[in-house]
Amino acid sequence: MQMQVLGTGCAKCKQLVANAEQAVRELGLAVTVEKVEDPRAIMHHHVMSTPALVVDGEVKVAGRVPSAAEIRILLAG
Amino acid sequence: MTIEVRRTRVARAIVWPAGQTGALPWALPVGALVVWWLLYRSLAPAAAAISYRLLGLGRGTRLGSAVEFFLYDTPKVLLLLVLVVFAVGVLRSFFTPERSRQLLAGRREAVGNVLAAGLGVATPFCSCSAVPLFLGFAEVGVPLGVTFSFLIAAPMVNEVALVLLFGLFGWRTAALYLVAGLTIAIAAGWVLGRLRLERHLEPWVREMAGTHRARHANSALAWADRLRAGVEAVRQIVGRVWPYVVAGIAVGAAIHGYVPEGLLAGVMGDQWWAVPLAVLIGVPMYANAAGIVPVVQALLAKGAALGTVLAFMMAVIGLSLPETIILRKVLRPPLIAAFVGIVAAGILVVGFLFNAVF
Repeated sequence: MQMQVLGTGCAKCKQLVANAEQAVRELGLAVTVEKVEDPRAIMHHHVMSTPALVVDGEVKVAGRVPSAAEIRILLAG
Repeated sequence: MTIEVRRTRVARAIVWPAGQTGALPWALPVGALVVWWLLYRSLAPAAAAISYRLLGLGRGTRLGSAVEFFLYDTPKVLLLLVLVVFAVGVLRSFFTPERSRQLLAGRREAVGNVLAAGLGVATPFCSCSAVPLFLGFAEVGVPLGVTFSFLIAAPMVNEVALVLLFGLFGWRTAALYLVAGLTIAIAAGWVLGRLRLERHLEPWVREMAGTHRARHANSALAWADRLRAGVEAVRQIVGRVWPYVVAGIAVGAAIHGYVPEGLLAGVMGDQWWAVPLAVLIGVPMYANAAGIVPVVQALLAKGAALGTVLAFMMAVIGLSLPETIILRKVLRPPLIAAFVGIVAAGILVVGFLFNAVF
C-alpha cells in the first residue's frame, strides 16, 4: 500500500499527515506516509483543494482534514 | 415511520433526525432561528442592565460606556457571526472549486472576470490551496486575468469582515465594502489579463495550460448535508476567530472610552497622503478580518476617515504575504509584483473615492 498527503505545506497538511500516520499505527500497517509538496506532483492527481489524501494512486479525500478514525475506516474498506 | 438518527463525523455534537430520503428537518433550523432572534433582541437592555444596575457604574462615565460597549457588542457580533457563517457555509455547499472551474472554462475576459469575482466569494477557498487552484484553472484554459479575479475576490470579500461591518456600522458600509471588493477584483483581474503577462508564469505552468478538460460530476447533496456543512463552517470559523473578535472589541472598547475624539483625524484623516500610507502599512500586515474590524470601528469613532480605514482594512486582509509567497511557486517575480501593485492601486482608488464621497 502507498499513502501520500498532497499539500503545499500549510498547517492543515501537517495535521493530515499526523492523522494518517496515527491511523496507520492503529491498524498496525507497515506503511510510510509520503508528503508531496511539489505543485507539479500535486497536479498530477488533478487535485484543486489541498490537503488531499491519496491511497494507491487514488484521491480519497480532498480539501479537508479527515480524522484518524475516518482514515482508518477508509483504509479498511 | 422509523426515524434514523445519524451521527456524522463533521457535526458530532449535533444530532438531528434525518428521514431516510434525507428530507430537510425544518423544525430544528426554524426553532434555532427563533431563539437566535429572541437573544439578539434582548442584548441591548441586558448590556445596559448589567453595566449600570448590576455593576453600579455611572451612566456617561468613561468606564461605564466602555463596559456597556463591550458587553453589548461582543455577544451581538458573535451572534451575527454564527448566523452569517452558517448561511455562507450552506451557500458554499453548492459550490466546489471543480464546479467553479467548469463554469469559468472557456469564458472570455470581461464576462469571465465578473463571474470569477462572484465565484471567488461563493466558493469555499483556503489561501493554502491557492497554488493547486491556480494550476487547476490553468490546465483547463481559464485566462490568466480571470483566474486573478477569482484569487483577488476570495480573500478580499471576507464573510467575517462583512458581518462585522454590518453589525458595527450598518448595512450601508457592509454593502459598500462588498461592492468595492468585487470591483477591485474584477478591474484588477481585467487589467492583469490585458497586460499579457503569461510569459512570467513558470515555464512548466505555461506548458500545462489548456491540457485538461474540465469535467465535473455534479453530486447533489441532501438538504440535511448542506445544513451540516453550515454547522461545520460555524464550528471551524467561529471556533477559530472568536478570541480575535473578543480581543478586537476589547481594544475597541478601550479606545471608545479613553482615546479623545478626533485624535486620529491628523494621521488617518482624508489628507491625500493618508490613503497611500494606510495601504503601505496594511500590505505587509497580515491579520484576520475578525481582529481588524473592531479596531477599525474604534479608529473611525475617533476621527479617522472611512476611505482611509477601508483601504487599510482591505490591504491587511486582501493582500497577504503568505499567499504571495505560496504563489511564487507558479508565478515569476514580475507577475507577483504586477499582481500586488495592481491590487494595491485598486485599493488606493477605493480609499480616495470613499474619502471624496463621504
